[in-house]
Amino acid sequence: MLQTLSLLLENKPGALMRVVGVLAARNYNVESLTVARTIDETLSRMTIVVDVESKVRAQVVKQLNKLVNVLQAQDLTEERSVAREMVLLRVRAEMANRTAILKEAEIFQARVVDSSVEGFAIECTGDPEKLDEFVDLMRSYGEIEVTRSGLVAVTLEPKKLRLASPVPMGAAEEEEEQQERVLSK
Amino acid sequence: MASTTTTQPIAAGTLLSGSQILLECLRREGVDLIFGYPGGVTLPFYDAMYDHEIQHVLVRHEQNAAFAAQGYSRATGKVGVCCATSGPGAMNLVTGLVDAMMDSIPVVAITGQVTSKLIGTDAFQEADTFGITRPATKHNFMVKHVSELPRIIHEAFYLASTGRPGPVLVDIPKDIFQASSHYQPVDSIHLPGYKLYTEGHTGQIRRAAQMIWESERPMVYAGGGIIHSHAHDELKELVELADLPTVNTLMGLGALPGNHRNFISMPGMHGSYAANMGMYNTDLIIALGVRFDDRVTGRLAAFAPHAKVIHVDIDPSEISKIRNAELPIVGDAKKVLQKLNRVMRELEPEMRALKSNQRAEWWNTIRGWMEEHPLKHEFSIDQIKPQHLMAEINRISNGEAIVTTDVGQHQMWAAQLIRYDHPRLWINSGGLGTMGFGLPSAIGAQMACPDKLVFTICGDGGFQMSIPEFATIANHKLPIKIIVMNNGYLGMVRQWQELFYNNRLSQVTLDSFPDATMLAGAYGFKGRTIDKPEELRAALEEAVNEPGPYFLNVRVTPTENVYPMVPAGGAINEMVLTPPQPVAVA
Repeated sequence: MLQTLSLLLENKPGALMRVVGVLAARNYNVESLTVARTIDETLSRMTIVVDVESKVRAQVVKQLNKLVNVLQAQDLTEERSVAREMVLLRVRAEMANRTAILKEAEIFQARVVDSSVEGFAIECTGDPEKLDEFVDLMRSYGEIEVTRSGLVAVTLEPKKLRLASPVPMGAAEEEEEQQERVLSK
Repeated sequence: MASTTTTQPIAAGTLLSGSQILLECLRREGVDLIFGYPGGVTLPFYDAMYDHEIQHVLVRHEQNAAFAAQGYSRATGKVGVCCATSGPGAMNLVTGLVDAMMDSIPVVAITGQVTSKLIGTDAFQEADTFGITRPATKHNFMVKHVSELPRIIHEAFYLASTGRPGPVLVDIPKDIFQASSHYQPVDSIHLPGYKLYTEGHTGQIRRAAQMIWESERPMVYAGGGIIHSHAHDELKELVELADLPTVNTLMGLGALPGNHRNFISMPGMHGSYAANMGMYNTDLIIALGVRFDDRVTGRLAAFAPHAKVIHVDIDPSEISKIRNAELPIVGDAKKVLQKLNRVMRELEPEMRALKSNQRAEWWNTIRGWMEEHPLKHEFSIDQIKPQHLMAEINRISNGEAIVTTDVGQHQMWAAQLIRYDHPRLWINSGGLGTMGFGLPSAIGAQMACPDKLVFTICGDGGFQMSIPEFATIANHKLPIKIIVMNNGYLGMVRQWQELFYNNRLSQVTLDSFPDATMLAGAYGFKGRTIDKPEELRAALEEAVNEPGPYFLNVRVTPTENVYPMVPAGGAINEMVLTPPQPVAVA
């Protein structure tokens, strides 16, 4: 099944590699992945769609949460959330079809971003199923070329961000000493 | 620049080189020993080390630096440190890091990297260490500026040693070692995404106590997590409090003393009959710091089919990863067990009698299994049986010696037949199963515990992967007793070829083993080969009485197999107890 995850992670070297790496190593199939900085430029927000068996869904979230750079990994699959994707497509259009294509675009609230003798470049946003329909429809008019952004999602039930607080240096050492004392008993 | 020969902390603001800052950070972390091998880009670091009190053990291959650091860590619980140069040096560490990752061993690896400006140019001895070691470590760092060095080093040690321990690597370009900076000591670690769950949920702990008292056939399944969290006393307390039968995994041997009356044995592929039958028939598994490894569970569907599971682990991702836990508790084993024991005592007056008859009957059943099929010690009058060798080592050790091994038949016999009465005595490559682990990890263990008797038991296969470390052992006059259980085969592979591949022995014969006396003699210590059972006891005693290293090559029955055995993918209650009998020809 498709699982939608939202990740908040530190914008540090290798952070993306760690996320992708853990997904690959654990044999989770990535359907799409988008990443960009947040308003806090030290952080990135990532939306990942993976195709996994439903019984490993919790495992995926736990594995991602285990990464040191990941502040929060949330499963949005069954939560109240909004998910959108964008598609940019070029469609070759015969003179006879041009008006029809524009009408269809309007129905999907798509925007024409370039027009030439060959045809149109169109942008459309929506949920992935709606975009699938739009792409299918455009294909019926002629040759198309499609670039999809992958899903971006936002939860409508934000969970409280739980962060580790700073630990004074030496705290771990003290604990270790204590353990050593126990050992030497 | 200031000299760093002193043990005194270096004052904030002192102008130091990156190398000196690194040494000061290591000193603050309490590191007095590192295992390593120098090279081009670590020259500035080794130069700074020349004036520093830190002890460096020069191994003969970087892989063994990682294993020695592990041996040091596994014997003490402290973070082991290893160091290698860029490219080939760092790459040689990788097996040791993955090995540490699989067994949750805290190791910090310092690697040199080519000068920042050359990164990405395919420079001499350049490798993408940061990229390649990402999945081999719990976390890794590349230092981009000398000012980051103190923060990163302390974060590395913090990550390696807290939570579920593991290896952490810090990659340092040559120019960072050379750059100078006003040293600013770090006073706190801030890793906002690194969430530790140590306490354990109080309500869950209460429910666990209830479940334990209510169970009729409980079984404690304790593993490496008990040892990592120093929870052995708490485990003993729990086990004694409710008189619980206990199995220790391969990683957990010694968590409950081997001579404890509640200790059954190791479960799993080569576990005892009683341990596996206990796991199969139990109605409550109390899983403490274990991960339901496939070598323990066998065919999952047939593993403990009647049991509920209480699973205590510090790593949330281990809970219900393999086997669903009816009662999960995320926390540090020591802290959770302290609380659990308290609640157990609280409930004791009203609960103790509840299932006492069923419990007594359960113990009778288990004792019956133990008597019916004990782990056998085989003897022969004309050949040394491998089990005989282990029994003799066990006699000398008496539960007190450190034993390190490689992987394979000798490892399983050493796990079955040598007793470990304390944690941190049994050191072996469990999860990754790495050949060549035994000898270098013994170096680390003996460096950490100079007064302890250390045996390394290797097969003749794995031993030949780490022979170069004879030089390190000789150099430091480490009194390690190197025992090779020599059957002339890659024994475990041969066993599987015999059992599952129609005895078609493909590439498992190891001819041309070196002469033990000459090999050890070449490095300046004693060694000999024996092959008669009557020589065994005296030879082992001679080895142990030798003040320096001793190499004892023991020729054992070549075709002995390890039993009991749960064939891969088999059910644990259907283990094979003895070798299949040859069919008589009519």
